Amino acid sequence: MTEARPAEVGRSRPRKDAWEKLRGQAMYVGDMEVPGMLIGKVLRSQVPHGRIVSIDAAQAAAMKGVVAVLTGEDLRDLDHPYFGHAIKDRPVIAIDRVRFHGEPVVAVAAEDEATADAALRTIVVEYEELPVLDTIEKATADDAPPLHSGPVVPGLFHGLGNIGERDGNVAYRYLLQDGDVAQAAGGADIVVEAEYAFPAVYQYAMETHTTIADYRPGEITLLANCQHPYLTQAEIADVFGLPIGAVRIIVPYLGGGFGSKSYTKMEPLAVALSRKAGRPVRVANRVDESMVTSRRHGMKAWMRTTARADGTLLTREARFWLDTGAYADNGPRVTATAADSAPGPYRWQAVDVDANCVYCNTAPSGSYRAFGATHLQWIGESQIDEVARRAGVDAVELRRRSLVVKGEPVRPDGTGKPLDADLIGDVTEVSRAIGWDEPRRRWRGRGVSVGLLAAGAHPVSRASVRMTVDGSVEVNVGTTEMGQGARTVMAQIAAEELGTSSDVVRVQGADTRFTPYDRSTGASRSTTIAGKAVQNAAANVAARLRETAGEAWDVPAEMVELHDGRAVLGGESMSFTDVIAKRFGFRGGEIIEGGEVRPTGGQTGSYAEGPAFWEVCVAGAEVEVDPETGVVEILRTATVADVGKAINPQLVERQDEGASMQGLGNAMFEEMVWADGLLTNDNLLEYRVPRVQDLPGEMTTIVVENADGPGPYGAKGCGEGALAALPAAIVNALADAGVRMHELPLTPERVWRQIQLDQNQTTTEEQG
Amino acid sequence: MNITLTVNGRSVTADVEPQTLLLDFLRDGLGLTGAKRSCEVQVCGTCTVLVDGGPVSSCTYLAHEADGREVLTVEGFAQLPEFELFEEAFNRHAALQCGYCTPGFLLTIKSLKDAGQLGSEDEIRHGLDGNICRCTGYRAILEAARDIAGVSS
Repeated sequence: MTEARPAEVGRSRPRKDAWEKLRGQAMYVGDMEVPGMLIGKVLRSQVPHGRIVSIDAAQAAAMKGVVAVLTGEDLRDLDHPYFGHAIKDRPVIAIDRVRFHGEPVVAVAAEDEATADAALRTIVVEYEELPVLDTIEKATADDAPPLHSGPVVPGLFHGLGNIGERDGNVAYRYLLQDGDVAQAAGGADIVVEAEYAFPAVYQYAMETHTTIADYRPGEITLLANCQHPYLTQAEIADVFGLPIGAVRIIVPYLGGGFGSKSYTKMEPLAVALSRKAGRPVRVANRVDESMVTSRRHGMKAWMRTTARADGTLLTREARFWLDTGAYADNGPRVTATAADSAPGPYRWQAVDVDANCVYCNTAPSGSYRAFGATHLQWIGESQIDEVARRAGVDAVELRRRSLVVKGEPVRPDGTGKPLDADLIGDVTEVSRAIGWDEPRRRWRGRGVSVGLLAAGAHPVSRASVRMTVDGSVEVNVGTTEMGQGARTVMAQIAAEELGTSSDVVRVQGADTRFTPYDRSTGASRSTTIAGKAVQNAAANVAARLRETAGEAWDVPAEMVELHDGRAVLGGESMSFTDVIAKRFGFRGGEIIEGGEVRPTGGQTGSYAEGPAFWEVCVAGAEVEVDPETGVVEILRTATVADVGKAINPQLVERQDEGASMQGLGNAMFEEMVWADGLLTNDNLLEYRVPRVQDLPGEMTTIVVENADGPGPYGAKGCGEGALAALPAAIVNALADAGVRMHELPLTPERVWRQIQLDQNQTTTEEQG
Repeated sequence: MNITLTVNGRSVTADVEPQTLLLDFLRDGLGLTGAKRSCEVQVCGTCTVLVDGGPVSSCTYLAHEADGREVLTVEGFAQLPEFELFEEAFNRHAALQCGYCTPGFLLTIKSLKDAGQLGSEDEIRHGLDGNICRCTGYRAILEAARDIAGVSS
């Protein structure tokens, strides 16, 4: 390409959405109204488990300004009034029974919020309370009553082959086995074995789940803040018995997602309420309601790693139980991904992983950024460090010897995509950034962690690119802009292909009626998968431009170049406006082309093998612990965004900074706490998320570009890896400082207790 | 009850309920949706507006308390000449992502700057500790605030 070409890709272009967002002009669903819109409010269960004996809502229904009162009774005409993309087990609104504290029981639609709130206060629900299985231990006890009965109804998008049958309260089980563990472990000199616990945490997208639903006979329109509009569209159509095309979902900006708005959440309830009211309804959760709409799974785990005396790794075994709450949501996929993360990217002689997704009387758990990997990486990496310590090998050196290298299979059985990244290079970079070889001080430690996350989800995306006669460009792609900068990156990709500036490219949110299909916005897939569809569509538009200019100049299309918004042939050039005008014989018309990505289809790079790419999860941390108080201070962090090609380097760094702070919160203090099935900290006072003052002393984000991704220009996704990797690095740094923890978060009390326990044991050993 | 206040430089007279929150008055009454609702317990700062130049969590501040006062929301701030400095700094550092917290941060930084409380790194960090951002990890916002304040890190 010529020097004059404006390089869009690889430049930190300003965000396309900044103008609106800085002025308060960016619209979120909660800022929107449609004519005749009612306000919907939800009465939620005050008991964690119970049979609904009666609901008395007569007074509410009679109140002036109340238009509709919805209960489970109103769903009787639907074939299966339950949803769930993995298992259809979640009622649109409680039917006969409640299974968690906060489950929607009655919904009211009224002319205004005050009336709706007042109406809710008049409703009396009588429950017959049932045994509360609010922990994994209780739910998996031999005599535990099953929380669900009847046949398992698989959802539309579980993506797991066969979802299988329930076993008691185990909704889904995933086994990952390769080799003979007993035999391979026979030669072990080092055995590391322990139990671990990971807390339930809340994504806290600052904008809560919000939907405006308008049900009309044969047609449903939603304004919804959903990450995966096309999957939700199909689920809504399924629940309400309509063709997919009869459901239209329009997605404006999202005030954060992080997985909390993936798949279907409050949308079916809003639709059912609108159906009852005969008018559009807005249902906006409060924070306490969103906390019980989606969260990250808590987990209990056991793991054993064996190795030879020199640190050569032999076997890894893990058994764990994820608390998926009352309904499966994305629990099965989280469970499978966690199991895939359990071995870590190491060479093993044998692996045995037994992963269980457990129903409990707690709020449903779904996706949260880097799910599964966040659960398991800190455990696996704790044990790798322990092997290194016992073998007397430096922890980074042991990883250099044992990590899978580029081109080697990642999965223990050798299936799937081989490693497409340089993990040894990545861990070397982070160790340098945290001063690995600097002298160590008492109560101060450094740790690293390495992992992989199967990313990309199902690689199906379509996009269209449209150039109007003035040379301006519209990119139509279903990716949801939830803060990650997707619209900016898509504009840059299209501009690069078209030889124009991203300043003249417009990218909008999805409207399922007009925007081409995109499977989902998650699994770090947008740049890599949807971005490739945009690139392909833009390349097709570029081909039309070259073709028409070539005809005008009477040369083959291949001789025409596109840059600076012009078709160029040697010293001659023509504006895109002139090219399009020539094509149509007047100053009008347009060029519009599609592009697609599918698992098989002759793409550059392979989308056929799962996963689409391996997202790198590598981090380092340096911490200092105060042994008197148990307070842990994060001195330095370093993370790697191994992105193949950074379309917008600044946005890549911002992704990792945000993921790092979420990882820090998950590791240090975030935890949802239930007592007897009641969520006790359902607000931002008692559920603490990271603030400015929690920033580490030094935060390094390393961007690695080896052009080894399947996406446009060799790109692959980012933004989740740092969240999986950082808690593991912090835990290992704390162990290096002298305190090996087996339970998160690392609250001062928990750390202080461990220090006391360690000191008492040391004293006892000395006395013995 | 009747209140008369100045919102973004314009005089507004309205009849509000005693319990009407300033946030609802601005959003539902005046259509100024730049101030956002999130935690509702004065922790997150997304609903921050300035009342007589000082930051207020409008989710826990009654509309009638603003009677006779001057309220500035992000929509009004964006009309002021000094906004350009803020916009450039936030763009330079990509100090926004989902944008939900952004109006609150902008107004908080403005009030700190006006009060001469952005003079040092400590002051900046202390001053911004009442605004939560879940997306950016704060570093870019701090960099933007330093630029606005003319403080080097």
